[in-house]
Amino acid sequence: MSTTPDTAPRKGLSPRQRAQRSRWIQYAILIALVVVAIFAANWGQIADVFFQPKFIKSAFENGLPEALVKTLEYTAGAFVLGLVGGTVLALMRLSQVGPYRWIATAYIEFFRGLPAIVVFIAFSLLPLAFEGMTIPLDPYGVVWIALGIVAAAYMAEVIRAGIQAVPKGQVEAARSLGMPAGLATRKIVLPQAFRIVLPPLTNDLILLVKDSSLVFIIGTTASGYELTGFGRDLANTDANLTPLVTAGFCYLIITLPLGILVRRLEARAARSR
Amino acid sequence: MALVEIKNLHKSFGSNHVLRGIDFTVNQREVVCVIGPSGSGKSTLLRCVNLLEQPQEGQVFVRGEDITDPDCHLDAARQQIGMVFQQFNLFPHLNALQNCTVAQTTVLKRKPAEADRIARANLERVGLSEKVTAYPAQLSGGQQQRVAIARALSMDPALMLFDEPTSALDPELVGDVLTVMRKLALDGMTMLVVTHEMAFAREVADRVVFMDGGVIVEQGPPAEVIGNPKEERTRTFLRRVLDPTHVEPTK
Repeated sequence: MSTTPDTAPRKGLSPRQRAQRSRWIQYAILIALVVVAIFAANWGQIADVFFQPKFIKSAFENGLPEALVKTLEYTAGAFVLGLVGGTVLALMRLSQVGPYRWIATAYIEFFRGLPAIVVFIAFSLLPLAFEGMTIPLDPYGVVWIALGIVAAAYMAEVIRAGIQAVPKGQVEAARSLGMPAGLATRKIVLPQAFRIVLPPLTNDLILLVKDSSLVFIIGTTASGYELTGFGRDLANTDANLTPLVTAGFCYLIITLPLGILVRRLEARAARSR
Repeated sequence: MALVEIKNLHKSFGSNHVLRGIDFTVNQREVVCVIGPSGSGKSTLLRCVNLLEQPQEGQVFVRGEDITDPDCHLDAARQQIGMVFQQFNLFPHLNALQNCTVAQTTVLKRKPAEADRIARANLERVGLSEKVTAYPAQLSGGQQQRVAIARALSMDPALMLFDEPTSALDPELVGDVLTVMRKLALDGMTMLVVTHEMAFAREVADRVVFMDGGVIVEQGPPAEVIGNPKEERTRTFLRRVLDPTHVEPTK
């Protein structure tokens, strides 16, 4: 700490002037970087490789909309499976019966710790390991199960936290009205828990949209291609990255509105508190 | 026969021995107010009557049935005991009417139309027929507490428990809730009320119970317990509550 009295005249810049100088330096660095980028990069080539209009057009004509729909279908099915599985696992984790708690904990820790890609590789090898084994609803069945298994582990923890965030007085009020424990959980606790977890659950949905790209590991037929598989395949054929970039933008079309939705839900939850 | 009979009740939270042998009855159509300093165990006693707290020792009989017996149909017993909480504990995802019907349709298996009719009658009884479709967040504390009373009444209970029902309310809203409770007492409802409202206890109670340190220190008609207490502990407590700015001459 300085021992000079505050009234003594100081040398050099005032704090306001120093902050101003620091801001000018930051702007100068930014402008320098932009200028370097403009002159150093070969913009023509970049546009050719990443954003070539004729390849964008051909992507739309050769099944991009179908791939987008596939991504949505894979995600939606996996989300429903994950939600149901996650709720069951969350209730198991909070169960009075020890073994249920242990099984749920083991499941959640296992599939949260495992890279999702490992699960997908395992599923791609299943037909080889068990000869003649088929999973119904091809290709949806296998995708939904593989994605849902992983999603359930993530969602279980979110839902468990939501259930525990419902005030204890709610259960007491329900029980004092004569509701058995299961009925109180269904009618009183879970509806409130799902309101609490709506924002984090939407975040999980965004993750799931992106994780659905791992489907290409399983190796579906061309008709089963989602955005990533479609983009990669067409990029290979065209020897140009434009289809992959186009597919990438389609992910943003899905995830950006969901991100906005999360922020709205969080703002609403903060208001109602 | 006593509606509620409590025998030698003991309750501990860890090493904290909250109830130290309570013997106590509530008769049909009787209004009993429990008073005492905070930490004296009065709320715990109330929560033992519908077994929201599990006592370590002793028995609680409701209409002659021992509800501390593990084989007792506790949910059936609780249907007869309405409870009103300090923090209201309304269901925030349901509106006032649904708060009053949800247990009727699911627990008592009443038809939706019948449950609706009973709920509306009880909301009218607590003076909230205008607020039927309001959600708890849209209601004041006093209104919420009155919905909570209507919710409990909709189950046609034989006994109503009130756990400091006005302690969480702004002072100007206390009167509305107490008015509803007074009317309920006049209608002949059996009530067990934990409260700090001495004026209410003095006016409405048939019997006042003073608790301190986990035991019942004295009980009797309000004129005696509040008006002319026998025990020194009761006198000290009442002096603090009724005359909080009073300074002891010895200090």
